[in-house]
Amino acid sequence: MNNQKHDAAGYWRANLRLLITCLVIWFSVSYLFGILLVDTLNQIQIGGFKLGFWFAQQGSIYVFVVLIFFYAWRMNRYDREFDVHED
Amino acid sequence: MDLKTLTYLIVGATFVLYIGIALWSKARSTGEFYIAGKGIHPVVNGMATAADWMSAASFISMAGLIAFLGYGGSVYLLGWTGGYVLLAMLLAPYLRKFGKFTVPEFIGERYYSQTARLVAVICLIFISFTYVAGQMRGVGIVFSRFLEVDIITGLLVGMGIVFVYAVLGGMKGITYTQVAQYVVLIFAYTVPAVFIALQVTGNPIPQLAFGSMVQGETVYLLDKLDGIVTELGFSAYTAGAKSTIDVFMITLALMVGTAGLPHVIVRFFTVPKVRDARASAGWALLFIALLYTTAPAVAALARMNLTETIQAGPVGEATANLAYAERPNWFRTWEKTGLLTFEDKNGDGRIQYYNDTNAEFSATAEANYGWKGNELKVDRDIMVLANPEIAGLPNWVIALVAAGGIAAALSTAAGLLLVISASISHDLVKGMLARDISERHELMVGRIAAAAILVAGYLGYNPPGFVAQVVAFAFGLAAASLFPVILMGIFSKTMNRDGAIAGMLVGLVFTMSYIIYFKGVFIEPLAENLPENWLFGISPEGIGSIGMVLNFIVAWIVSRMTTPPPEHIQHLVEDIRIPKGASGATH
Repeated sequence: MNNQKHDAAGYWRANLRLLITCLVIWFSVSYLFGILLVDTLNQIQIGGFKLGFWFAQQGSIYVFVVLIFFYAWRMNRYDREFDVHED
Repeated sequence: MDLKTLTYLIVGATFVLYIGIALWSKARSTGEFYIAGKGIHPVVNGMATAADWMSAASFISMAGLIAFLGYGGSVYLLGWTGGYVLLAMLLAPYLRKFGKFTVPEFIGERYYSQTARLVAVICLIFISFTYVAGQMRGVGIVFSRFLEVDIITGLLVGMGIVFVYAVLGGMKGITYTQVAQYVVLIFAYTVPAVFIALQVTGNPIPQLAFGSMVQGETVYLLDKLDGIVTELGFSAYTAGAKSTIDVFMITLALMVGTAGLPHVIVRFFTVPKVRDARASAGWALLFIALLYTTAPAVAALARMNLTETIQAGPVGEATANLAYAERPNWFRTWEKTGLLTFEDKNGDGRIQYYNDTNAEFSATAEANYGWKGNELKVDRDIMVLANPEIAGLPNWVIALVAAGGIAAALSTAAGLLLVISASISHDLVKGMLARDISERHELMVGRIAAAAILVAGYLGYNPPGFVAQVVAFAFGLAAASLFPVILMGIFSKTMNRDGAIAGMLVGLVFTMSYIIYFKGVFIEPLAENLPENWLFGISPEGIGSIGMVLNFIVAWIVSRMTTPPPEHIQHLVEDIRIPKGASGATH
């Protein structure tokens, strides 16, 4: 019982660390690159896109999709490592 | 075959498909009715969530909005996708582990309080009705333009279809119907986009096309567009006109609001496992991203097409403006609907389309070119619907777009209808009024409650002046009320009943008051809706973000001053944090 409790706490800490990493990326691509730093990044042009504009209308969305799948994949591994998985 | 017959055929065929699916997947228990027996595959659920989420606004209005806002339209793109990251990481897996039927049920149990549950039900009903009325309006518009029936007939048919398959199939039925609706709507959205991208830039992939060069020229599309619109006095397409703080706050309110919308959250109750809930959010966003990354391309291409059609040559040259008598066919068709109007202010028989609120440009135009004000009014809703006609695509594509618009509206309406009826039958009747009601009777109450569609239809037909304005309400309220309490319910073991109720009420009242103050719902606005009057320069659309912050602060302070939650609640929180022990599918 005690051991399991320890595992659950470790699992939760690992989850929070992963969460914070993912949310920092989530914030950076959208709020930082797409909004707060948009004018600076717009100085850089890649193909026909100004970089800041591209992050606001395309790039962030791609990063969001990848982030969720990455989080899901990593959490599934934590589930097993800490022995808290279903079935 | 003429367009009208073709549209009837295609739209009719999709209706038969939806009803057929509902008959095949009839719900037999409350578990199937509310959450499809927790037996939905994560990819299937992802697709259903995408259709559930993408409403008439996403399909019909969004690209048009972006076309006229340019960079400013990014708030919708970011806001309506970024919420899924929050959902996947902060809410969905834990709520799935909790494993009950509704969002208010979680709030009620976690905060051991019927009052908290009731407040949550009120928020949920208000948010969902606001939304569903907008969907019904969308169905009405599509019917009246493409099938040429009056709006009331359109509404009745739409309501009838949704009612039949939501009542029969419950969550199980609408899930499979939504999958079909997703396929219809994504096909209808991307086919014209590919054709138009190809015509303008020679690149068939819309996401790349709007960063490509214009066909036959050596200038990038977006650079050219920036040039043309600024010459006409508009702000540059890639720059936009909103202040940074407002863009930030609106994006945040839309993101958090998305994560807090009950009809979206409840979709994650339907998958068999906790890990399916995480993956399912990824699939949902992937399917949504197909449309959401196409939309800004459609927007830029449409703005380009429209501007170049009207302003065919250098600004100021008299013959450069389109002569009204020579206007193209699509122009005539949309004039009939009243969504596109021309008024020849300077009497030269030609159309001038420019930004006459730009005082400097307006003065130059009047002095040098003899322009007497902007002569063209374009309703932003027509950009997507008129696109296939502007690009000269075959009739079957136009008919498909009509079916897509209807699919987007119906799928969202059905999802909303189901959370409304579930919270009435499960939270109000079973949870509060008649606790010992049998499952069979509860199921019946749920089906009767689906008659709420009538209220929605009435609101859609007869919007009481504020329906268009309360869209900001739905997101703001979800962000300021439901999202913070659910989040704290999972991530804090010490958040208690008093803190949660106080937080919800403060978030709700603050956000509501601010919107009413400027937008005047039920009453006259108390102040003009202008940036000078706004708190910290934040518009009513973005105020939900501040409401959310207030909710967190108040809840935290109150919870420190009152009794901590009982022991068993702390165990409950520990339990929902780990996947182990979740109950599987109920069938």
